[in-house]
Amino acid sequence: MNTKELIIEKVKEKFGESVEEITDFRDDLCFIIKKDQIVNFGKYLKEDSDLQFIMCKDVTAIDWATRKKRFTTVYHIYSFKLNYALRLKANIDDEPPTIETVSSVWKSANWYERETWDMYGIKFLNHPDLRRIYMPEGFEHHPLKKDFPVLGIPGSLPLPHKAD
Amino acid sequence: MDRVRQIYNDEKLLKKLQEDQNLTIEDVLENEMIINMGPQHPATHGVLRLVLRLDGETVVGIIPELGYLHRGYEKMAENMSYIEFIPHTDRLDYTGTMCNNVGYVLAVEKLAGIEAPKRAQYIRMIVAELSRIAAHLVAIGTFAMDVGAVTMVMWTFREREKVNSIFDRIAGARFTTSYTRIGGVASDIDDQSIAEIVQFLVELEPALGEMDKLMLSNRIFIDRLEGIGILPKEDAISLGVTGPNLRASGVEYDVRRAKPYLFYNEIDFKIPTFTQGDCLARYFQRGDEVKESIKILHQCLAKMPKGEVIANSPKKVLSHKTEIYSKMEELIHDFMIINFGINPPVGDTYFSVENPKGELGFYIVSNGSGQPWKLKIHSPSFCNLQAVSQLCKGAMISDVVAIIGSLDPVMGEADK
Amino acid sequence: MGLEAVLQKDGFFTTTIDAIVGWARKSSVWPMPMGISCCAIEMIAAADPKYDIARFGSEVMRFSPRQSDLMIVAGTVTYKMAQVVRRIYDQMPEPKWVIAMGACTSSGGMYRSYSVVQGIDQFLPVDVYTAGCPPRPENLLNALMTIQDKIGKTRARDFQNRSLTELEHSQN
Repeated sequence: MNTKELIIEKVKEKFGESVEEITDFRDDLCFIIKKDQIVNFGKYLKEDSDLQFIMCKDVTAIDWATRKKRFTTVYHIYSFKLNYALRLKANIDDEPPTIETVSSVWKSANWYERETWDMYGIKFLNHPDLRRIYMPEGFEHHPLKKDFPVLGIPGSLPLPHKAD
Repeated sequence: MDRVRQIYNDEKLLKKLQEDQNLTIEDVLENEMIINMGPQHPATHGVLRLVLRLDGETVVGIIPELGYLHRGYEKMAENMSYIEFIPHTDRLDYTGTMCNNVGYVLAVEKLAGIEAPKRAQYIRMIVAELSRIAAHLVAIGTFAMDVGAVTMVMWTFREREKVNSIFDRIAGARFTTSYTRIGGVASDIDDQSIAEIVQFLVELEPALGEMDKLMLSNRIFIDRLEGIGILPKEDAISLGVTGPNLRASGVEYDVRRAKPYLFYNEIDFKIPTFTQGDCLARYFQRGDEVKESIKILHQCLAKMPKGEVIANSPKKVLSHKTEIYSKMEELIHDFMIINFGINPPVGDTYFSVENPKGELGFYIVSNGSGQPWKLKIHSPSFCNLQAVSQLCKGAMISDVVAIIGSLDPVMGEADK
Repeated sequence: MGLEAVLQKDGFFTTTIDAIVGWARKSSVWPMPMGISCCAIEMIAAADPKYDIARFGSEVMRFSPRQSDLMIVAGTVTYKMAQVVRRIYDQMPEPKWVIAMGACTSSGGMYRSYSVVQGIDQFLPVDVYTAGCPPRPENLLNALMTIQDKIGKTRARDFQNRSLTELEHSQN
C-alpha cells in the first residue's frame, strides 16, 4: 500500500472518532481534527516509528469571517522517512479564540505560533513566550483579521514629528 | 528638553531620563550588561535587532527582534489578483529574485491546474539557477566582509554584475524582474543572451578558483570560523532550519530531489553535504552549491527545446498581444482575466521550491474568486533565525557577527 | 606642478571662502548608507568596481552617523523603523543632506498598507528624490551629482547671524 493509505489507516485506528474529515485536493492529504486532541495527535505522529513526522514546517490560521467557527489553525508537518508532507487543521469556535500549543512537541512551532497570535489574535495556551513578533508592542489590533482595513487605522502607530 | 519632547512622543524614555541616576562603580563591574545591536548596524544583514546579555565579552543570552521591515504582504495579497502579486514576490528574497517568481507562479499553476510548455520550464530553470549563483555570491561576499576580508565583496559583486546584465537583456530589469507569468514566462530568450550566459560560465570557474585561493590560505579566516556556531543534526531538524544551513549539518534534504519540480529529475547533479555544522562548513556549502549550479546550467542549455513560452489556454492565461488585438474571444478573455482574475477552484494548496536561502513555500487558500482568500508565505530566513538564540549562547560578540553572516538571513523575507 | 605653473607672481589667488569651502565639501561627500531593503543591494552595486562611487569622492561608506554628511535612505521605511531613522538623522552633525532612494522612500512605493510610511518626507527633510524600483546605480550617481551641485551653491550668509533652531531651515 502506498504512503497515503498507510497514514490514513494508522491514524484511523488510533484516533478514529477525533478525525472530523479527510480531504485530498490536488494530491495534498489533510486531516481536520477536533481542537482538544491536537497535542496527542501531534505526539503520536512524531513518535510512531513508521511515520516519524519530526519536522514542523509551518503553523498558521485562516479567518473565515462569516462562518460560525471563525478560525481554523493549519499545521504543515514533514517526515524524512516517508518523504511526505502532511497538513492538519483544527477549527476553533470559542470567543476569544484559544487553542493548546504544540511547541512542546515540535520546538520550531514557537515562532510560528507567535506570528499567528500577532496576526490573528489566537491565544496559544501554555506557550513559553507569547509576544508580538512583527508589530510593535503597544499595537492593539490584529492585522490579518478580515475586519482590519488594509490601509490601516490612522493614529494606531506613532510617527516622529518633522522638526519645523 | 523641549525639543526632545517634540521629536519623541515617548513618555517612558522621558521619565527614565529625569530619574535619579546614581550609578556606582560596583554596579558596572559586578553585573551583566545588556547591549543592543540595533536595527542599523553594518554587520546584521538588514534591519535585525539583537538584544544581548553579556558577561564580560561572552554572550549569556540573546533575543532577536524582527518586524522592522514588515510591509504587510499577506494582507495586500488578499486584495489583489494573482497576476498583480507577481512583482511583490520579487522583493521577498531580494538577492536572488527570479527564484521567488518561479516559486509563486508554480504554486498558482498547481492550484489552478495549468501546465506551462516545455521551453518555458527550461527557461525558468535557467533563470532560477542564475539567481542562485547571484544570491550565493552576495552571501559569500558580505559574509567575508563581516569577518574582515573586504576584498571579497568587490570580487563577488564583479561577477554578479555580469548576471545582472544578462537579466537586463532577458527581462528588462537588473534584478527585480517579475519575469515569469502564470502559464509560462513573459518573453523568449534570444541567441545573444544564451551566448552571454555561456561566456559568463566560462569566466566564472577561474574567478571562483581565485577567490578560494585568497580565502583558504588565510589563517585568520579559518581560525575565526572553525568550530564556531555548531548546529547538531537533531537540533537543526527540530528548530526547523532549512536550506544550506540544514545541509551543512548533515541532513541530505533538497526540495529539487525530494519533490522534483520543473525538470530537475532529468538533470544530473549532486547535493553537497557536510557533517560538521559550523560556520566554515556553511561557507563551503555555498561555494559547492555554486559549482553544482554551473553544472546544471550547462545541461539545461544543452537540453532546451524550441517552442512556445506561454501556455495556450485563453480562459486562464493571458494570450499574446497580437491575438488580443485581432480576435474577439481573446479580447473578451483578456478583459475578464484582468478585471476579475483567473478563478481557480475552491480549495487550498501548498507548494515549495528550493531557494538559495532555503525552502520557500506558498500556501494559497482560494474561495473561487479572482483574489486569494489567504496567502501564507513560508519564508526560509524566518525559520533560520529561530536558531540564533541557541547558536550564539556561549560565544563572544565577534562570533555573533560570524554566526549571523553564516546563517545568511534576508530581512525582506523574514519580515514579509 | 600644475597649480603653481598657472599662478601669477608669488603664487596668490583670490577667491571667496564660499567657493573654496563649497568645493571642498562637495568633492568629499561621505555617505551614511541607511540600507534597509532591496535598494541597499543597488547601493552596494554603486560602490562595486563597475559603477564606482569612489571616483565621486565618496570613498568611505561610513556606517557611523557621527562621521558622515549625507544619509542615503534606501529601502522601505515602516512605522517601527521610522523612529530609528529619525534618531540616526538627529545624531548626524550639521551640515547634512538626505537622498531618498527609490519609490518606497519617496512615496511609499508599491506598498499601500497599514505598516509602511508613505514617503519619508513625513518626518525627515529630503533634498533629492530618486525614482526607480530599485533605481539603477547610474541613477544614484546622478542624485549624488545633484547634491554636489546643491552643496557647491551654499553660501556662508545662510549660516551667519542665525540662532540655533533656525539653522534647520537653511538646509531645505
